[in-house]
Amino acid sequence: MDMKETQLKRTPLFNTHNELDARMVEFGGWEMPVLYSSIAQEHHAVRQAAGLFDISHMGEFLFGGPDALKFLNQLLTNDLAKLEPGQGQYTLLCQDNGGVIDDLYAYRLSDTHYLLIVNASRLEIDWMWIKAQRNSRHKSLQLEMSNPSDDLAAMALQGPKAAEIIAGVFPTAAELRKNQIAELEFAGATAWVSRTGYTGEDGFELVVPNGRAAALWEDLMSLGQALGLLPAGLGARDTLRTEAGYSLYGHELTSDTTPIEAALGWAVALDKPCFNGREMLAAQKEDGVSRRCIAFKMTGKSAPPREQYKIFSADGTSREIGEVTSGTQSPSLGCGIGLGYVEHAHAKYGTGIEIEIRNRRFPAQVFRRPIFQKSS
Amino acid sequence: MADIPTHLKYASSHEWVSLEGDTATVGISDHAQEELTELVFIELPDLGRELTAGDPCAVVESVKTASDIYTPLSGEIIDTNDALDTAPGTVNNDPYGDGWFFKIRLTNPEELDNLLSPDDYAEQVNI
Repeated sequence: MDMKETQLKRTPLFNTHNELDARMVEFGGWEMPVLYSSIAQEHHAVRQAAGLFDISHMGEFLFGGPDALKFLNQLLTNDLAKLEPGQGQYTLLCQDNGGVIDDLYAYRLSDTHYLLIVNASRLEIDWMWIKAQRNSRHKSLQLEMSNPSDDLAAMALQGPKAAEIIAGVFPTAAELRKNQIAELEFAGATAWVSRTGYTGEDGFELVVPNGRAAALWEDLMSLGQALGLLPAGLGARDTLRTEAGYSLYGHELTSDTTPIEAALGWAVALDKPCFNGREMLAAQKEDGVSRRCIAFKMTGKSAPPREQYKIFSADGTSREIGEVTSGTQSPSLGCGIGLGYVEHAHAKYGTGIEIEIRNRRFPAQVFRRPIFQKSS
Repeated sequence: MADIPTHLKYASSHEWVSLEGDTATVGISDHAQEELTELVFIELPDLGRELTAGDPCAVVESVKTASDIYTPLSGEIIDTNDALDTAPGTVNNDPYGDGWFFKIRLTNPEELDNLLSPDDYAEQVNI
């Protein structure tokens, strides 16, 4: 075992994964399960029944006080003022030049309290950025902020059977609507339960103190067993989110891409008078962008597309027009799918493109997100 | 525990070799298919291609990644397992049988001495 591996962080569910004989990999500085049985099997379980994911590596930031809303609305692209207590929204944290620092979920827990859930790989950078903003531009605001990420575990219960399963532990959770969050109780501790996810299926995300994680996992697994619930790893999480067309930081989103380029303009509230990145994002919205993030599907027989493969035009000029940022074999569709950036003129749904795979080009088509949706 | 048949020879890059006259059949080991996880696409070498031992000549793709497969021996490709085109999972289910990759007519049979015995290969994968 090399040095790097011994320094990886472990979630409170590490022993649980070991007992399940999970295959572990490094992800964002953490030792995480990539699969338990098979990526395809776990993927299908989430589409047809349910899957349970350890997402304890993700970060949680708390904000409170009379100026918490004002502060966060200066930092985040979406409009937090639109949330009632108990609601959440997808949003982004941007630099002044519009480059994405992270994409995240922001919840309004009460009149003056907010919870942000951020990516594991960006946690430290986000927190440093937020602290720096607080101590420079927003010194006079009245608010408290904390980063209890190390004390909190999180898991995602996803799939059409998720509501039925969660009702066995949190009877009221099944009444939550999409993007709502509730502060509930589990074994004497606070549990935040939201109706959100990263799979394109109905489902819930749950945050509990580290010490309650294993018991909650066991409870959900035993309730779900008869309904087809499987533990699911990062491998299935990635194929599911790619089919859903969701961005992943480090792939579709980097500090060199903006939310407008990433086709996330719907999460940028340009009607807010002032927030980090607003000037650039408003200009891009007004003037258009030179490249845009697309979802695509391979249309003939080919190997799966992969990150960094080149994209060429299929309009006869055979020009290089972009690059794949995420690619995989879709377990639901049985063909290659991906996300990537192309010149704006080629980003329209239905446009034919070509993906270069080991020096040969294969046809693909720009597709509307989600790439896969159940017909029901 | 991965299966390592005793009648085959192995490359440290996890291919197996079965010899018949001057022709070797090549596939990947049970340990390799387990590590790769379920395969979804396999690209085999063109017939007639002349290869030097250690050349990458096939690609296997799991849901997550693409990996090169190397020829353990020099020679000319005289047959490929085209059934893998529509059923790549055969490699996972039967790596030493129906999951074979290609047959190569050897140009340098002395290279067989560079391959690992089943015991040596077992030692390598158990580290």
